[in-house]
Amino acid sequence: MLTPTYYLVLSALVFSIGAFGVLVRRNPLIMFMCVELMLNAVNLTFIGLAWGLNDIGGQVSVFFVMVVAAAEVVVGLAIVVAIMRRRDGATADDLSVLRG
Amino acid sequence: MINFVYLIPLFPLLGCVTLMLVGKKMGEPSAGYFATAASGLSFIATVVTFFGLRALDVEERQVTKTLFEWVPAGNFSANAGFLVDPLSVAMLLFITGIGTLIHLYSVGYMHGDENFSKFFLYLNMFIFAMSILVLGDNLLLTFLGWEGVGACSYFLVSFWFSEEKNAMAGKKAFITNRVGDWGFMVATFLAFASIGSIDYLTINGTAAQLSTPVLAAMVLLLFVGVMGKSAQFPLYLWLPDAMAGPTPVSALIHAATMVTSGVYLLTRVNGLVYEALLHAQWVTNIIAWVGVGTAFFAATIAIAQTDIKKVLAYSTVSQLGYMVLAVGSGVFVAAIFHMITHAFFKALLFLGSGSVIHGMDNDQDMRRYGGLRKLLPITSATFIIGWLAIAGVPPFAGFWSKDEILLSAWELGGINGKLLWFFGLITALMTGFYMSRQVFLTFYGDYRFGDPDKDEVDQAWDGYIAHAEAEKDEAITAREAAATKLEEANVAVESRNVAFAKAQMEVTQTTSEDDLAKAQKALDTASGALEKAEAGVVSAQDELTAASALVDVKDQAVSSVKSEAARRVEPEPGEQRTAGAASDFLPDAVAKRAEHHPHESGWQMATPLVILAFLSIVGGVIQLPFTSEVHFLENWLEPALTFEHKFASSAGTKVALAVVAIIAGAVGIMAAVSVYLRNQGDPAKIEKQILFDGWGYDRAVTAFMGGPGAKMFDAITWLDANIVDGMVNGTGSLVRGTGSTVRRFQNGLVRSYAMSITLGSIGLLVWFVVRIAA
Repeated sequence: MLTPTYYLVLSALVFSIGAFGVLVRRNPLIMFMCVELMLNAVNLTFIGLAWGLNDIGGQVSVFFVMVVAAAEVVVGLAIVVAIMRRRDGATADDLSVLRG
Repeated sequence: MINFVYLIPLFPLLGCVTLMLVGKKMGEPSAGYFATAASGLSFIATVVTFFGLRALDVEERQVTKTLFEWVPAGNFSANAGFLVDPLSVAMLLFITGIGTLIHLYSVGYMHGDENFSKFFLYLNMFIFAMSILVLGDNLLLTFLGWEGVGACSYFLVSFWFSEEKNAMAGKKAFITNRVGDWGFMVATFLAFASIGSIDYLTINGTAAQLSTPVLAAMVLLLFVGVMGKSAQFPLYLWLPDAMAGPTPVSALIHAATMVTSGVYLLTRVNGLVYEALLHAQWVTNIIAWVGVGTAFFAATIAIAQTDIKKVLAYSTVSQLGYMVLAVGSGVFVAAIFHMITHAFFKALLFLGSGSVIHGMDNDQDMRRYGGLRKLLPITSATFIIGWLAIAGVPPFAGFWSKDEILLSAWELGGINGKLLWFFGLITALMTGFYMSRQVFLTFYGDYRFGDPDKDEVDQAWDGYIAHAEAEKDEAITAREAAATKLEEANVAVESRNVAFAKAQMEVTQTTSEDDLAKAQKALDTASGALEKAEAGVVSAQDELTAASALVDVKDQAVSSVKSEAARRVEPEPGEQRTAGAASDFLPDAVAKRAEHHPHESGWQMATPLVILAFLSIVGGVIQLPFTSEVHFLENWLEPALTFEHKFASSAGTKVALAVVAIIAGAVGIMAAVSVYLRNQGDPAKIEKQILFDGWGYDRAVTAFMGGPGAKMFDAITWLDANIVDGMVNGTGSLVRGTGSTVRRFQNGLVRSYAMSITLGSIGLLVWFVVRIAA
């Protein structure tokens, strides 16, 4: 019998992979992908619980997350492209001009 | 018509702003006439307001006109509102009226000054500030005007600031007044804390509910402010120095108007003062005693002053003391009455002295005046009227008001009241004396402006003695030269003698004819030279004798000059102190004065003098003591006063007191007549140095403030710099230190931020789990 628990476990795994990726990788693009993994893991919990609790609210929330994620990717990629034009092969650790 | 009250401060404000913008362009004299017009319009607005107020019923004659809410702050509120009542209108009438006259006078007085328009700018600003002070319906608005007139006073005292002395006098006035302002401010805070309002009507209305200590504190703190502004002991120091300003300023600000604002303030809060009189009489006794003490003290100093304006300055301090005495006795009508008559005759006296100073080439030393009665006819006639008014001669204005104050002191009853009355009476006697002295020195006696004064005679004799001694030294040098010459001549005779003997020997020893003739010739030459040398000795001897005789003559001359100088400088009774033979050695200033011709002032200066003289004669009619119908001022002021004071003494007592006061004044005048007019008695015995120095009080304060006082202020400065600033700066450095520690976490590395977020999330998660589990 398929219960929400499976989905929750899966999404926890995916979230952890994403978070780990954000923490250890330095390439901004890869970090972005990892962030997407984390967002989609959250989406998965929404869907899983919406299904399990028979509540439409979770599915609606997913749409919000997707819209926000899309917007965030647009802004984020634009920043990455702008940085790449100015300097070659910058990693996330090189971009520390905002330090206090 | 009461709505016209807004115009009273508006006109001088507009005048002031206009002069600020285009005053320089207007130039002389239009800037002066413009300012006079602004002040005059303000006077007309006051008259209109006066009639508007008179048209109301007596009970309604206290109108508050609010412009806007000025300071709304929590449950504190202060309006920019004008309290139009008989008291404020009576004040404004003489402030704007006399102010206008003094504006006109200044057009003549400031003629040729390079900052002509700036002077009138300040005068208009002063009228504006003074009207705000008087009209303000709460302590804060009055304080605004109070500081405004203080600032104008500062500007005008040091108007000729290029001289160090004048600039210092301005600073002294300003700083001394700050001490008084402290009292005013704390009293305002106290009023808000205890009553919850700083409106005069509320304060006077609720005064009866205040506890006695709060009441006493409030009245005394306000009185500290009064001591500063109205120049009472111990803060009167600044007023005599304020005479450094132009004379119209002394007349307007430092005699007629601003200095009376302290007395006005106490009358404004008469409800408070009256409660103090009922329940804490020691407070009003302090006020009365400070008043009469100041009056007495200043009068003693005025006796010995030589500067015409300084006499009037100390006289002003003394008269203000009378007003404060009246307030301390609880008779506010008498205080306001004397304030008004004093404004008339003191403004007149100051303007008259200004006219004298103007005519006498800016010399202010009375000892150099004399006999100006014929040379300055208008000035002297009006000045004499002012003198009679201040000396308390009936029926001039000063008599009525001073009499009323003495009566109110007497009616305090007991030994206290009698003593206050007695000191007031002695002061009246001294007033008669020093004012008569001033008039006699200035307008009577011989014209002596070209005569040298004491110091100049000393200087001349010193010069003469030095000259004689120099001549003697010269003679001694000549004698020494002659002696040297004689010695040289003797030496010459000696050597010629030797030569002659040698030539003689030659003649006797020579055998050859040729040689004999030659030797004979040499012998002749030698004998000629010897004769000549001997003649030289004789003439040198004669020269020496003559030189020695000259030295003796000069020596005698020196001692005779010295003895004559001693006799002239400290003459026997009946002899004049003169420069005599030493007159060639007088300073150039004397010759310059001798060539000066005094001149009467122009119409701009004469007109105000005449008007003020008229007012000084008839000013007493506003409050005649005979029946209650002729108590015009008292009946008029009644709505503004919390209670009505009625003199309880019988008509007989009143007449007796008046007669005693007249006699006291007359004694003072007669004493001055005998000393200064008939020269019976030595003025030096009266004009003691210690009086001239103001009992050394000013010097003592200066010494204290420069010495131990300065250390105290250093300590306070240290406290401010380290403790107070330390707290403020400490807050700053705390934030800064925290920031520099925390900034290290802001390293710009995205991944480390992500790490922090992750760790934080995990921490929160753990916390939630633990909480749920527990």
